[in-house]
Amino acid sequence: MSKESTYIPKSGFSKWFDQRLPLPRMLHDNINAFPTPRNLNYWYTFGGILTFCLVTQIVTGIVLAMHYTADAGLAFASVEHIMRNVNYGWLIRYIHAVGASMFFLAVYVHIFRGLYYGSYKAPREILWILGVVIYLLMVITAFMGYVLPWGQMSFWGATVITNLFSVIPVVGTTITEWLWGGFAVDNATLKRFFSLHYLMPFMIFGVVILHIWSLHVTGNNNPVGVSVKEKQDTVPFAPYYTVKDAFSLVCFLILFAWFIFFNPNILGHTDNYIMADPLVTPAHIVPEWYLLPFYAILRAIPSKLGGVLVMGAAIAILFILPWLDTSKVRSATFRPLYKQFYWIFVVNCIALGYLGSQNPEGLFLVASRICTAYYFIHFLLVLPILGLVEKPKPIPESITKAVLEKMEIRNMKEKSAEA
Amino acid sequence: MFKLSGYNFKFCILFQIIFVLFFSISAFAAGEQKRVQKHDWTFAGIFGHYDDAQLQRGFQVYREVCSSCHSMNYVYYRNLAEEGGPGFTVEEVKVIASEDIIIDGPDDYGEMFERPGKPSDTFVSPYANQNEARASNGGAYPPDFSVLAKARSTLRGFPWWFVDLFTGYQEQGVDYIYALLNGYSEPPEDFILQSGMHYNEYYPGNQIAMGQPLYEESVEYADGTVASVEQMAEDVSAFMMWAAEPKLEIRKQMGFKVAIFLFVLAGLLYYSKKKIWARIEH
Repeated sequence: MSKESTYIPKSGFSKWFDQRLPLPRMLHDNINAFPTPRNLNYWYTFGGILTFCLVTQIVTGIVLAMHYTADAGLAFASVEHIMRNVNYGWLIRYIHAVGASMFFLAVYVHIFRGLYYGSYKAPREILWILGVVIYLLMVITAFMGYVLPWGQMSFWGATVITNLFSVIPVVGTTITEWLWGGFAVDNATLKRFFSLHYLMPFMIFGVVILHIWSLHVTGNNNPVGVSVKEKQDTVPFAPYYTVKDAFSLVCFLILFAWFIFFNPNILGHTDNYIMADPLVTPAHIVPEWYLLPFYAILRAIPSKLGGVLVMGAAIAILFILPWLDTSKVRSATFRPLYKQFYWIFVVNCIALGYLGSQNPEGLFLVASRICTAYYFIHFLLVLPILGLVEKPKPIPESITKAVLEKMEIRNMKEKSAEA
Repeated sequence: MFKLSGYNFKFCILFQIIFVLFFSISAFAAGEQKRVQKHDWTFAGIFGHYDDAQLQRGFQVYREVCSSCHSMNYVYYRNLAEEGGPGFTVEEVKVIASEDIIIDGPDDYGEMFERPGKPSDTFVSPYANQNEARASNGGAYPPDFSVLAKARSTLRGFPWWFVDLFTGYQEQGVDYIYALLNGYSEPPEDFILQSGMHYNEYYPGNQIAMGQPLYEESVEYADGTVASVEQMAEDVSAFMMWAAEPKLEIRKQMGFKVAIFLFVLAGLLYYSKKKIWARIEH
């Protein structure tokens, strides 16, 4: 945004318009001409994919809301009405339900890409924090959305999660009853969850705009983690990254379509096709797959209050991550030790996800305690210490140098392969 | 495109470690309930479609046996003639619907009245409400059949739940129902069966309130198929799958069109991307 504008109004009308509202200029400078590092790989296409996911969820959600009834007695039947009687209702609902999972899949790739390439480091701390805010809003929105079909898992999931607030000393019960709008999860709870589930995507949209604004102030990070120094380090966003993002998005859509058309229910829980019954508790209450790691952390702690606090800390710690990592080197490519700890951390998170789906007993409980401890050790011990003891590999002078070097190595390899 | 560089290779190794790790943990978590076998269904897989004759037989089993206790509240008679369904004609559906008595009203005098069913009615329910259903069945509520095939599952365990993501295997529910209908037997000698309960190998806890519903020749099939227990169980399970997922055929057919479109578009974009990026060194 601080960069010089390259917009030249072509017609008389666009000149007139530009002087009154420079919207086309803003779009031109931020989309067409935006200087983007020339070395971004496919992991960097997930920002675009996420924007697509958000818009898809909002559009399908608006249509679903036209047919859905937020009433404890009617909600389950209204979802079946959408599936059976509304024209292409089954398609819209499956897009929305699978879309939630795809949204989280993409956001996890996006977050872990940021962790690998050190995208949270100066000067991108605010960009990172806004991202964590978006993620937090996504979690809340997804949780409320899951309650709306009013199946068994909806109801009991809502019961478990809202009950977490009851552990707050003194005012816990009051807060929980205030959230419920009564003395249990019931019609009032469903109605407010629907209202908030409709509101929150627009809040996410607002924070996404801030997130992109902040990105356009600092510019993209990139796989070598070296800041942009000269003009040849960058290419204009269009057509280079519009076409790369589009290709990546369509590949992502193939996976998306696979789940919508051939496997739409695999990511959900079968119990949610049983209407909510406050008198029958399901054998296992589990959240959707994308929240399982936090569920494992919650249940790893022997005290209820402790579990809630530690689970909250697991997200809260992401806010201060830019100041926990003491290394000045951004990209893991040049951090031999961090690279290994990074992959251990990834495995640890996946393990937590698996443990979240299992009963917290015996070996599973021991494993989830170890993994929970390691989750925090990674942030509180590994990251601060690594930056002090690690000897980074030589860092390229510039993005362009790094690109040309990589090309040379590739050419040499090709030549030796030919010979 | 993606190259198998050093760290991709490392990723593969790590992935294998996770795989082995999870597999060994899962081995500890084996349950006592008998494992449900995968059954061969016409509607399974990416080319899956319903077998009209099977759905018609399944409907007959539902109507003559199951419907005396189990409702199907979200299914309309008209659905029987719709695309991707059992393939009854509109005329046949009118006759089927008219054979059931619907309680309608109130009329202009405030009275409820009985009339023959119409295609626009939902399947008539055997009980007026849940309380009546419970009272008639020793306290157990016979679940509604509309979405039951999607509301039941089987314990898959690792690595199967992961494999299922990519094979499109979604027939756990209908496999379970089929297994359950065939799973009645005498309890083992040391098994204590509560009064009014029945032993079933596949039911969680092995005690089910529903007595064995299907016996040889429980129905006489209109198309002459021999009505063995397995045959009827298979037919009615398939019918329940259709009831739960009536748009399955349309969905899978549309999926192919969408997939072809996306693959072509991806190809075009890939070459556009190559061409544009050829302008600079990268």
